[in-house]
Amino acid sequence: MANALVNVPARARRGEIIEVKTLISHPMETGYRRTQLGARIPRDIIRLFVCTYNGTEVFRAELHPAIAANPFFVFSTVATESGTLAFQWTGDNGFSATESATITVE
Amino acid sequence: MSGRAPHLLAAFSVIALAGATFAGEIPMTERRSGYDFLSRETRAMQDDDTANPGMLAVLEGGALWARKTGAAGRACADCHGDAGASMKGVAARYPAFDATLKRPVNLEQRINRCRADRQQAPRLAYESRELLALTAYVARQSRGLPIDVAIDARTQPFLDNGRAAFYRRQGQLNLACSQCHDDNWGRRLAGNVIPQAHPTGYPVYRLEWQGLGSLQRRLRNCLVGIRAESHEYGAPELVELELFLMWRARGMAIETPGVRP
Repeated sequence: MANALVNVPARARRGEIIEVKTLISHPMETGYRRTQLGARIPRDIIRLFVCTYNGTEVFRAELHPAIAANPFFVFSTVATESGTLAFQWTGDNGFSATESATITVE
Repeated sequence: MSGRAPHLLAAFSVIALAGATFAGEIPMTERRSGYDFLSRETRAMQDDDTANPGMLAVLEGGALWARKTGAAGRACADCHGDAGASMKGVAARYPAFDATLKRPVNLEQRINRCRADRQQAPRLAYESRELLALTAYVARQSRGLPIDVAIDARTQPFLDNGRAAFYRRQGQLNLACSQCHDDNWGRRLAGNVIPQAHPTGYPVYRLEWQGLGSLQRRLRNCLVGIRAESHEYGAPELVELELFLMWRARGMAIETPGVRP
């Protein structure tokens, strides 16, 4: 079950730099750990995070092992027009989660 | 006259004993939540609902609250309605006396009793993702409210047991909870500041755990730390200790979900 929290300002002035925060629930199992019996615990991580603003990509991050559980991203972008910020996380074992937020630019 | 001396002596020894037992008790005005000992970064993490990983569990708990389950096909919301109203202040009153069991139960046990009796669903395992999520969701509704466990004739003996456990030396290190949390709070144990052990933010997201955990998990952790024999989850001894700790933190604000190092 994927749970994500996103925080985008509801309103902004045109040209203003806005801060976007996202947090997603994920174990981020590195693939380097072993069980007590020595069996390798398979890797299970988020590989890619992409944010699009009205269809235009504004932020992209590739994730690798040894990133903490529940990855938290904070980034900034310029408020250009009213619309939707769409967030997508994809990863191992067919993991996929999406979230979106709307912003009004005045 | 001859009869008075032994009484006096007895009275003195009682006072002396009481004085010795509670010598290190923290005055009400000096009590501080674990939050006050956090680094600036960890505080920021707890304060911001987008950055607080405990909020993910609260989110999941909200979904579970509305989901029908068990043979009765009922959701928590079907009886309790909007948790924002019905569960406000509830977590601040737990552990609370259960008339059927004739002993205090903690919030997790109360949720599980509701599941078994009203929803006719299997009990959730302690520290399972679902039970933690539901507990966090319920406790979140009390954020900012003062802790107020009911101490009366029924709960007093259990409170006394919890208090005795708190001040009892145990384990291979022969330490009592009070020796760290009453006598040496604010000082360091290895890299960490010793807090006063007020359970204001449970279930907490602990950075060391990379996950959410209950107060009982924390207590078991501490017991292992002093190399004492730990109790099973849900054990009466742990609930009594929870009750004492909540009473000790009476009046302090609930912070759930807290973030701790």
